[in-house]
Amino acid sequence: MINTLIGDIGHTSVIVAFVAAIVSSYAYFMASRANVELTGDDSWRKLARGAFYVHGAAVMMIIFSLFNIIHEHRYEYYYAWSHSSNHLPVHYMISSFWEGQEGSFLLWIFWHVVLGVVLINSSRKNKVWEAPVMGVFAFVQLFLTSMILGVVIGDLKIGSSPFILMRDFMPDTPVFAMDPDFVPADGTGLNPLLQNYWMVIHPPTLFLGFAATLVPFAFAIAGLWKGKFAEWIKPALPWSHFAAVSLGIGIMMGAYWAYETLNFGGYWNWDPVENAVYIPWLVLVGAIHTMIAYNRGKSGLKASFILVIASFILILYATFLTRSGILGNASVHSFTDLGLSGQLFSYLAALAVLAVALLVYRWKSIPTTDKELTTYSGEFWVFIGAVVLCLAAFQVLFTTSIPVYNSFMGFIGIESNAALPADQIAHYTKFQLWGGVAIAILTGIGQLLWWRKGEKGSFVDAITLPGMLTLLFASLIIVLSKLGMLHETMDNPVFIILLVAALFAVFANLSIILSLLHKKISLSGGAVAHIGIALMLLGILFSSGYDNIISQNTSGLVYSREFPEDINRDNVLLWRNTPVDMDKYSVSYHGQFQEVTGVPGYINRELLFPTADPYKTIARGQIKADDKVYFETGDTLELYSPENTYYKVEFKEREGDKVFTLYPRAQVNPNMGLLASPDIQHFANMDLYTHVSSIPDPNEEKDWGELQEYDLAVGDTIILNDYVAVFNGVEQIKQVPGVTLEPGDVAVQADLKIYGERKTYHAHPVLMIKNQMMGRVPEEVGDLGLRLTFLNIDTENNKFKIGVNASQKDYVILKAIEKPFVNILWIGTIVMSIGFVMAIVRRKDGSAKAKPAAPKEKRKAQAA
Amino acid sequence: MKKTHIIGILVIAVAIVIIMSSVGDASTYVSFGEAIERAEDGDMTKVHVVGRLKKDPQGHIVEMNYDPLVDPNYFSFTLVDTNRVEQRVVYFNPKPQDFERSEQVVITGNMQKDVFVADKILLKCPSKYVEKEIQQNTASL
Repeated sequence: MINTLIGDIGHTSVIVAFVAAIVSSYAYFMASRANVELTGDDSWRKLARGAFYVHGAAVMMIIFSLFNIIHEHRYEYYYAWSHSSNHLPVHYMISSFWEGQEGSFLLWIFWHVVLGVVLINSSRKNKVWEAPVMGVFAFVQLFLTSMILGVVIGDLKIGSSPFILMRDFMPDTPVFAMDPDFVPADGTGLNPLLQNYWMVIHPPTLFLGFAATLVPFAFAIAGLWKGKFAEWIKPALPWSHFAAVSLGIGIMMGAYWAYETLNFGGYWNWDPVENAVYIPWLVLVGAIHTMIAYNRGKSGLKASFILVIASFILILYATFLTRSGILGNASVHSFTDLGLSGQLFSYLAALAVLAVALLVYRWKSIPTTDKELTTYSGEFWVFIGAVVLCLAAFQVLFTTSIPVYNSFMGFIGIESNAALPADQIAHYTKFQLWGGVAIAILTGIGQLLWWRKGEKGSFVDAITLPGMLTLLFASLIIVLSKLGMLHETMDNPVFIILLVAALFAVFANLSIILSLLHKKISLSGGAVAHIGIALMLLGILFSSGYDNIISQNTSGLVYSREFPEDINRDNVLLWRNTPVDMDKYSVSYHGQFQEVTGVPGYINRELLFPTADPYKTIARGQIKADDKVYFETGDTLELYSPENTYYKVEFKEREGDKVFTLYPRAQVNPNMGLLASPDIQHFANMDLYTHVSSIPDPNEEKDWGELQEYDLAVGDTIILNDYVAVFNGVEQIKQVPGVTLEPGDVAVQADLKIYGERKTYHAHPVLMIKNQMMGRVPEEVGDLGLRLTFLNIDTENNKFKIGVNASQKDYVILKAIEKPFVNILWIGTIVMSIGFVMAIVRRKDGSAKAKPAAPKEKRKAQAA
Repeated sequence: MKKTHIIGILVIAVAIVIIMSSVGDASTYVSFGEAIERAEDGDMTKVHVVGRLKKDPQGHIVEMNYDPLVDPNYFSFTLVDTNRVEQRVVYFNPKPQDFERSEQVVITGNMQKDVFVADKILLKCPSKYVEKEIQQNTASL
């Protein structure tokens, strides 16, 4: 039965939220007028605040309705049908909530509501800001809510509702003509790549960052509007830190997800979708620096306005890029085009034009200082740092927007065929690497000057020790790399420069933390964050600059020799159970495994007998893990996800006794084909990253050779596919997996012992008589590429007829990469976040007299 | 001259360098004909070509060759570009797994001798990251 109530509740809540946002925005606007403020009449503000709370409650109601639709498997709704399925665990239902565009808008709206409520309540003591700031908030909120409004006026579609029914979404499907109340039995499921714990926490963190950039923007606009050109900086500053840290962590969570789930071999691919959030982050961090510089030196106010406004507009631009479908061929993972690109573009344009117009209108009134910054002042270098950040952002923006230029040219009638650079990684790295070098050096110099209060003599003193340590450690690392710490000697001058710069940033900032230790440690947030950035740069340098593909094809077997040798052959074929030498390891592949609910680790597929229900299998033998028996033969097991197959790959050091096993994964999904995910072995000094790049097509029936029949007596020995096999006899069995035996039915199994290269196998093909009919259950020995069938019993001669088919052995194509010191990148991310949090805490406490620092930072991300 | 002016000039200079260099790095969507012409002129820059896989009248893909048992890093196929020009393409990597399902293929690379050597293949699959098709629904009845 179709439950239209919940959808109606949801859709009504969307409309209520939309209307409440209009009311709130208008009322806050009225409350901000100077004459209202003067009279102290707060009726407008009360109305606005009430409307905002109504808006918030409605948003909660929307979320509740949508989640209920997903959680209760209400497949009469398109959203549940297309993003969820019956077998989806609850935590992934949360990810399916924001898999679609509507849900992710909802997530963004939700964070705005939360931040709005926090702002309303925190500005009690500082009432002047509430009306104008929340006015901007509600205004943006009104745009966002309209994106999920789902109202059609004539030809104009405003927003896309997540509460649309299947029959309204696909009115042409015949089944709805026959039965309008038809409800699909199952959904089409969540994209398997998103069935990952990072996808439960990465989107909320990232959208919290998106939402938080609105706060400094709203303060800046309020400042321009109300003529409080300088006062907005102080309340906006901790929020800018908060936005930068949420956005930064969100980006890095996405990078880690990509590292762990996708198979392009790294954490950053310079995909336009990644770049789209990297750009506003750089600008926002630049804005933080100019704001801090203004706080101390009273210069940089105009720059702060520009950068804060730009960071929010760039967030909207990122939304436009990823959701309008404009990236088209250029990106592999943008959202579906919902036909809302026009609406998105209008909002982007409207907010950008309004903000810029206001800034231009007020430009002349913004106070400036005539004071020239000296070269030995910290503020000067902080300012230079912000400039470098913006240039880095500009470079990524310019290239990422190439598809936009194409569309724009097409729009005005000029055909354009520009494409993104063929080698994007080389293109971006060329610039961003130098950006990283500049940032690293500037963090050191800027921080030292900032705390030394700009005296030339003391600066030279301060820089001497970090400088010496830097050179010492840089030489040490280069020597160590020659001695085998990395797979090649560090002799690339560009990489050495980055190494020196990043080390300098670490030591210079460490010296600042040490000097602050006995003054006021809480001031050192900036230095901590900068060390984090420098560590990230080091991690990127080692893991991407010195990664080492160990799965080089050394067999000498190549298809054609028409091409020179410089082509990398980075994938190796592994036959099942046949070890291949890779670098210092002997690597072998040992079959396909699956996850069984309730059993830790992975279970060999040979132990699992498939049933009609793909989620259920029957145990062919004892299911053990770590010597503990979890299931007995014949038990019905539940598969965690039948789409996932894990390929057991064993790495063994040839000189040494280290052995470890990796289980890279491949998923066969009816909608998306085959998706490979890596498995990663973590060492202190490197990660070994490995994934299957090709497997025999699982949908193709195995090509079994001709059936060979053998008449065997107990104790006979035969040769099968080059393996020796001994026939040990037959025995009657009571149970046959997957078959219910009734009284009168008989089942016997043969026992063959086959001597493989590494171990001995027991094959038990079954012959049964059920309802007077012969039935056979063949047994496959995947390791050896054999299938044995118990064909018949010759009772007169006491002979048993066994049929054997041989097939090509199972194989995988594997790629394995060593990523040295990638841990430093993740550690750096955490250190940076701690630094940001320290700065937020200090600035929230507020009135500390010493003006602290957090000069430049930036992450240069580079793909593998 | 004030220091800010010097910085301003420097910033503009760097921005111009960035723009010029990015324009230089930007690739183009071309047809095979143009890719061949470029190679003949000695221009080895990498280009993008959009095309479809060559199929026989029954809709089976033809002239696709991947035999991992011989060489797992050699995949070749014939692509038909938008001008219906056929071209042999070689890709020194394993065959992308859902290659056969793709509707449209974008390749990046250049002509070398008489084959197009691709170093990147981007597939536009009918079902990948786009809304699932309606027959999914009828299939789930």
